[in-house]
Amino acid sequence: MAGETITRAQLSEAVYQEVGLSRNESADLLEAVLAKISDTLAKGQSVKISSFGSFSVRSKGQRVGRNPKTGEEVPILPRKVLVFRPSQVLKARISGGNADDAA
Amino acid sequence: MTKSELIDFLAEQNPHLYQRDVERIVTTIFDEIGAALSRGDRVELRGFGAFSVKQRDARVGRNPRTGEAVKVAAKRVPYFKTGKQLRDMINS
Repeated sequence: MAGETITRAQLSEAVYQEVGLSRNESADLLEAVLAKISDTLAKGQSVKISSFGSFSVRSKGQRVGRNPKTGEEVPILPRKVLVFRPSQVLKARISGGNADDAA
Repeated sequence: MTKSELIDFLAEQNPHLYQRDVERIVTTIFDEIGAALSRGDRVELRGFGAFSVKQRDARVGRNPRTGEAVKVAAKRVPYFKTGKQLRDMINS
């Protein structure tokens, strides 16, 4: 595996190369995309990006957990978690992409 | 919210941009993430979350309808871990 880490810098560079806005504006737009997705999820609504995947919020009920160090029982409060479901297109792209160098 | 609603929102926020450019921006972002993952790279967006690829070994599965054993090949699947800031936003 290549095993490199891509960050905002490379994504906004790609936007810059593709659309020809300034680097600053490309970075701002990437940020706007992430912020809008986050705000939508924070409202409890799901986000579907075709041929990529969907993000949705799932509620988890209260359950009893245990402090692994002391063995003490502690209640885990109800909370919400974000679930990402990759689309078939993304799954196919990833399981097909250089599967040979996976080992 | 769908991808096209996201594009509409950004186009409204940025009236100086053509709708088709906004569309290319959004498409490019998700394409790049997909391309990185298919190379086996990880995509880390602080505050939002990280996309990575997990290796699933080959296993013997079962057709739930017939009970018949079937070989499932090893595969790589995309995985997303929510960032701290987004996790807190969802729970506030």
